[in-house]
Amino acid sequence: MRADGAASLTWIGGLLCLAVLLAALLAPWIAPFDPAEQSILDRLQPPGGDHWLGTDQFGRDILSRLLWGARISLTVSLGAIGLAMVVGGTIGLVSGYIGGRLDLFTMQVMDVLLSFPSLILGLIVVALLGPDLVNLVIAIALTAIAPFARIARAPTLSLKERAFVEAGRALGYSHARILFGHILPNILPEVLVMATLWLATAVRVEASLAFVGLGPKPPTPTWGGMTRDGFETILDAPWLAVFPGLAILLLVLGLNMVGDGLRDATDPKLRHE
Amino acid sequence: MLFFLARRLLAAVPTLLAVLTLVFVIVRIVPGDPALVILGDQATPDAAAALRAKLGTDRPLWDQYAGFMGRALTGDIGTSMVTGRPIAAEIAAVLPHTLDLTLAAMVFGILLGLPAGIWAALHRNRAIDVAARLLSLLGLSFPVFVSGIFLLLAFALHWRIFPVIGSADLADPLDRLHKLLLPAMTLGLVMAAYITRVTRSAMLQSLGEDFIRTARAKGVPHRRIVWVHGLRNASLPIVTVVGLYVGILLGNSVLTEIVFNRPGLGKLIVGALNQRDYTMLQGLMVIYCVLIVAVNTATDLLYGVLDPRVRAA
Repeated sequence: MRADGAASLTWIGGLLCLAVLLAALLAPWIAPFDPAEQSILDRLQPPGGDHWLGTDQFGRDILSRLLWGARISLTVSLGAIGLAMVVGGTIGLVSGYIGGRLDLFTMQVMDVLLSFPSLILGLIVVALLGPDLVNLVIAIALTAIAPFARIARAPTLSLKERAFVEAGRALGYSHARILFGHILPNILPEVLVMATLWLATAVRVEASLAFVGLGPKPPTPTWGGMTRDGFETILDAPWLAVFPGLAILLLVLGLNMVGDGLRDATDPKLRHE
Repeated sequence: MLFFLARRLLAAVPTLLAVLTLVFVIVRIVPGDPALVILGDQATPDAAAALRAKLGTDRPLWDQYAGFMGRALTGDIGTSMVTGRPIAAEIAAVLPHTLDLTLAAMVFGILLGLPAGIWAALHRNRAIDVAARLLSLLGLSFPVFVSGIFLLLAFALHWRIFPVIGSADLADPLDRLHKLLLPAMTLGLVMAAYITRVTRSAMLQSLGEDFIRTARAKGVPHRRIVWVHGLRNASLPIVTVVGLYVGILLGNSVLTEIVFNRPGLGKLIVGALNQRDYTMLQGLMVIYCVLIVAVNTATDLLYGVLDPRVRAA
């Protein structure tokens, strides 16, 4: 019963994510209007009619902007988490494998990085670099490197003592081959589960940065930026802020549901609960 | 206990130094010349050189580092490039608002999350548990500015229970509390969700221990078993999460302050971003670091209070 309930949550989450992914991929074909097309006559139309979700203060179609905005959200967060996974994972693997003082030092640096609130770190790095897509990816990745380093390091510490690693060494394999060919596949599931959960955080941080005004420049539609624009007319046209806010919420919720389900499925402590 | 206290306080010093170093590194590691970024379109070679001299970025790196650390440790975090006023004074003027908000959010999160988590653990796998799990998942999926806008729409614009704008008179406690409630709820919601989850799993673990069975066998009342024996042993992970979460609260307070138009560190940081007030940003980062190191140290000390084994170790 419980297992079914948890599994169906994971499926619902997966469907939510899939819907957003399809929206992002198919935006040029399914968006009813051009997301940047302005029309003074159609300003601030309420939902319904030609514009299913209404229009903004420039008369742009909200639904079309949401569909195109999904692209930015997904590109930035997938890019950032991919980067954090590779950089953080490598740091954790190498640090755990080599051990000793280097490991101690690296982990202390990671702890310091971890203690910093990701939103503030992201804010400051984007502010210093300038808000374009690549810099957003770098800034958000920076906030997520430390957790990946930690999750990759812990199992490496115990795996490197195992017989198969020793066997590899006896066979004269290089350290790189042992690390990436033999230890990495063993820790990959954990790292991927973590990536799903951090993807949710990345979507939230990207949206938050855009809400503060540190997103890609207008007229590029971003969910966070749309929420901020809508917030300015919240008294006259609340839907402008509500729809993009809901979109962010649903994507983050979907990712959290999937991540949660995967973690429960891979965590041996929880499996026999 | 005194020894434990002294040791933990001393341990915070290297952490603080490390975090300050990180601030220095992050601000300097960024490619490009801050002077050019600040000046933007108006950058002439002379103006850039003058600004570099003013910022001190024309000096060797070790010299900048020594100067930065020395000043930061004596409490001097510089003057704002835009207003020319000491950053410490600007921060001190708004810090009470942010601390009010963060503390209130923390109290809200604990008051809601702790009982919800315990309740869910006691009704494991039943409807209440599933509902708590779903709601907490929903709660921690809310970006703070989205929940803020939803709450604002519902409670301030639709039902008009709370004021829309939250700049309170610090001298009037009632006014302060009234304007604090909605922002604190917004900020505390995510925290409540986290606490619910951690409390549930920590309570499940602690209620499954042998000493709980012993207590039951001795005839200790159920309520005492849950709230005293169970909760005390589940408290370490809960305190850890609350402590870790304060950093996230501080980060999210930026968004809450924007949505509710409250003064505070968040408004200061956004103002500094818009005006490219580079020294102010660095000063704010230092303050955030100090706050976070302080909270982590307090969390460590609390471990000692809650668990005598930690004190002895």
